Amino acid sequence: MALSCFLALFAPYIAPYDPTAINVKAIFLPPCSKYWLGTDGLGRDVFSRLVYGARISLWVGFLSVGISVSIGVVLGLVAGYFGGLVDEFIMRFVDIMLCFPSFFLILAVIAFLEPSLVNIMIVIGLTSWMGVARLIRAETMSLKNREFVLAARLNGASTARILFWHILPNGLSPVLVSATLGVASAILLESGLSFLGIGVQPPTPSWGNMLMEGKDVLEVAPWLSIFPGLMILITVLGYNLLGEALRDILDPRHNK
Amino acid sequence: MKIFYKFFFKILSLVITFLGITVVSFWVIHLAPGSPTDLQTTLNPKASTEVRERLNKIYGLDKPLSVQYINWLKRIIHFDFGYSLSGDHRPVWDKIKERLPLTLALNLISMFFIFILAIPLGILSAVYADSWFDKLTTIFVFIGFSVPGFWLALLLMLWLGIYCPIFPISGLTSLNFSELSFWGKLWDLANHLALPVMVFTFTGLAGLSRYMRSSMLEVLGQDFILLARAKGLPYKIVILKHALKNALLPVITILGLSVPGLIGGSVIIESIFALPGLGQLFYQAVMARDYPIILGNLVLGAILTLVGNLLADLGYFLADPRIRK
Repeated sequence: MALSCFLALFAPYIAPYDPTAINVKAIFLPPCSKYWLGTDGLGRDVFSRLVYGARISLWVGFLSVGISVSIGVVLGLVAGYFGGLVDEFIMRFVDIMLCFPSFFLILAVIAFLEPSLVNIMIVIGLTSWMGVARLIRAETMSLKNREFVLAARLNGASTARILFWHILPNGLSPVLVSATLGVASAILLESGLSFLGIGVQPPTPSWGNMLMEGKDVLEVAPWLSIFPGLMILITVLGYNLLGEALRDILDPRHNK
Repeated sequence: MKIFYKFFFKILSLVITFLGITVVSFWVIHLAPGSPTDLQTTLNPKASTEVRERLNKIYGLDKPLSVQYINWLKRIIHFDFGYSLSGDHRPVWDKIKERLPLTLALNLISMFFIFILAIPLGILSAVYADSWFDKLTTIFVFIGFSVPGFWLALLLMLWLGIYCPIFPISGLTSLNFSELSFWGKLWDLANHLALPVMVFTFTGLAGLSRYMRSSMLEVLGQDFILLARAKGLPYKIVILKHALKNALLPVITILGLSVPGLIGGSVIIESIFALPGLGQLFYQAVMARDYPIILGNLVLGAILTLVGNLLADLGYFLADPRIRK
């Protein structure tokens, strides 16, 4: 995980070649000392493309989780704090959204919009906020009758201030866990979409579309498929393990 | 009487959820820029404004959105999803119907394997918590959880399909399928489904086995287990009879919850292995912007999930006598 962040941040300094530079003299070269991880069908350096691909993946991961957490937090706070009909309405909506296989929903929306990096981030964000909303709602419900919230209200704090200033910080730790796991699944989703050709569009290198380009030449140039997948696996595994570790630290019930 | 009320509210909430699903799906189609008649009007220089209006009238597009929604809802209740926009112009429901069995079979078989692997793994991890076995399985299932399914599929194709050709790498049947005997046919199908099922099983293992582990750990910490041990019952019996029964309960819910993931996952896997299932149909429809098919699949996918959850609830209801009271 640290590796992928490092690669993404310093991509221009690490990559030995331009990730989109075409070199007809060096097509389908297996890994060698000049091209560490080989070259693809247009003579582009696989290692450089992987390094730049890290940027795309992390970008998608963080921004889409940012979107989903924002939506989830607001709806969860409102549902938990006000209760009653508002709560019933929001939670019904959560149930409905949970019924759609998320991959179906994302594909359907993408089919109607243009596939682009921004659209993908928005769509992944819009279809994955339900878990966070449920978590925050539960936290809010247990926190809203505590003394410190009452004290804030007696001091004349506005509802918004109570929600975001007093309740939210106290209920944030499970969200942190779910956000970390969310980054992992967003990266996985993006790579899946790009692999199907409806995600990040070439020539922008993303791990998913590198795999798509590599799949047809699997037999002659397996390195085109092996390395991008390995990067996805390592990165996603990193975030999942981090999420699990955070849960062990932050959730006292889970500790036992 | 109480059961009756519960049942009534369950049905009511199902109906509301179903209506919600249709509203969201209907909204998704209206994300599409332009109107469905554009192809015949705007793109056709001969078509006048009058023609467009007439077409809009024929398709009911001149009515307010709410009326359009009600009309559409009336049709889909009768499984009438309209006609495919692709070359064959067949009814959407017919196209879906012929592909549904394969996807269902694929998912059910995978679920079966996930179940028989994940449950023992979860139990053993919980019983020997923090041992090397526990740590190893944790890493193993986490890799399965993190690996991109399509990449795993490619690697398996390369390894078991090309380097040591044990399994066929694409399609559902061999060329000589029609000449085979019944058992030969079954064997052929099993061979073709082996790789996809492997991918599904490995990537789906984590959720259930981790859940089983934590559920088991919780049960093992309870007093009645201590009592059973204190009575002098052998550890094996305590685990397999007393603890397992209770730990399995919450797992039923997880099975229901895993339905959307499996259905969604079939899009990529079926496309890679060229299996003519629902996922492949959906993918082709997305690529061809075949809106009626996309919509039909979306609604159906959600309904299947709804049914999965309902079955899980029902299973829970039957398995846990405490709820029935």
